[in-house]
Amino acid sequence: MASLPLDEAAPQPDSLDLGALLRDSHALEVIEALDRELVGLAPVKTRIQEIAALLVVDRARAQLGITGDQPPSLHMSFTGNPGTGKTTVALRMAEILHRLGYVRKGHLVSVTRDDLVGQYIGHTAPKTREVIKKAMGGVLFIDEAYYLYRPENERDYGQESIEILLQVMENNRDDLVVILAGYKDRMDTFFRSNPGMSSRIAHHIDFPDYTPEELFAIAEIMLERMHYRLSEAARAALREYIGLRRGRAHFANARSIRNALDRARLRQAKRLFGEHTSGVSRGALMTIEAEDIRASRLFREETAGGGA
Amino acid sequence: MTTQKGTRITQGQFSFLPDLTDAQITAQIAYALKRGYAINIEYTDDPHPRNTYWEMFGMPMFDLKDPAGILMEINNCRKTFPKHYVRVTGFDSSRGWETPRMSFIVNRPPSEPGFALMRQEGPGRNVQYTLSSYAARRPEGERY
Repeated sequence: MASLPLDEAAPQPDSLDLGALLRDSHALEVIEALDRELVGLAPVKTRIQEIAALLVVDRARAQLGITGDQPPSLHMSFTGNPGTGKTTVALRMAEILHRLGYVRKGHLVSVTRDDLVGQYIGHTAPKTREVIKKAMGGVLFIDEAYYLYRPENERDYGQESIEILLQVMENNRDDLVVILAGYKDRMDTFFRSNPGMSSRIAHHIDFPDYTPEELFAIAEIMLERMHYRLSEAARAALREYIGLRRGRAHFANARSIRNALDRARLRQAKRLFGEHTSGVSRGALMTIEAEDIRASRLFREETAGGGA
Repeated sequence: MTTQKGTRITQGQFSFLPDLTDAQITAQIAYALKRGYAINIEYTDDPHPRNTYWEMFGMPMFDLKDPAGILMEINNCRKTFPKHYVRVTGFDSSRGWETPRMSFIVNRPPSEPGFALMRQEGPGRNVQYTLSSYAARRPEGERY
């Protein structure tokens, strides 16, 4: 193909409507849904909007004939504490990238170390390559990616897997997007020992912990989806519960809240059996009372161990 | 079905056409994936018409969404066996078929010497005919 200077190429429009381009891609709907359904996460949302804007501008440039030789690199790393929404955002990310035409199929392949690393010599490469082939045209989400690298065992097969990933991330940039996820401190160690990996990832996104207010909002969204509601007293109890739970060990943000709500549902069911031998109203079936939440072990420990 | 046009092997789909380009191969694989076929890459240096069982290059590929991964593997195979015949088959596992539904050659040796017609005199005036590849007279791996 002859490479013509830009001004000699076929006549092209001088301006484009960026807004129309964005609307045509229908990516806006996903971004808006993300904004609506995910509470908090302001830095994450900003970065996603920036990426979407970049891709739209890139497409506009392509339509005007301004093309760089390389598409932008969109490999990402999501770091944050457990339950901060890394997987949920990755799933939405695949959808957004698909709508913006960056990936061809827009499916998410979610894997961990076990899916990539083999058990004996010669097992790792085919296994990793198989996963990569499955993810082509979509997003490869590697959860707890730091397990790929085990510094204490220099003959660990994880290193082989990392090398194959690096190669694919560089050479097949327009075929798949790799998202690495994990806890902040461990991912930092991982990137420090694999500088090649760190430099090939353009977007390091940190997921902040939720504030108590955000956690409460999340709980309300979850309950709404499960078709439950909280009584006034239960709302106060839940706020108190969130305050107590946040300070405890193994607190996993939204996941802890979901578990707490699941336990509250169990207690509500048990309570309904005790109260109503016959005839239970629609309202009673839907309402979670304060006592369902206050029966939690957290509150008991608080009163019993008050002096300790 | 195998026939000969010059010395160029014609086996499977599209083999009377000029060699497929990578874009055409990708389009064919995309069709196979859309139909839910498992894709295999196979190679051989013994292109006898009755040699239907070629060596597999890697595992069969199930559950793929995009042809890019298969093209990557085809290029891998071409790099490993630059002078072998390489073909791609699409296996349909649905009930009633359970057989390859597609098969086409994606790589061939630079020169194909073709086949000799062998005649064997039998009892009486009976003559038996068979084909013998010129290339296959050398040991495996040294043909082409």
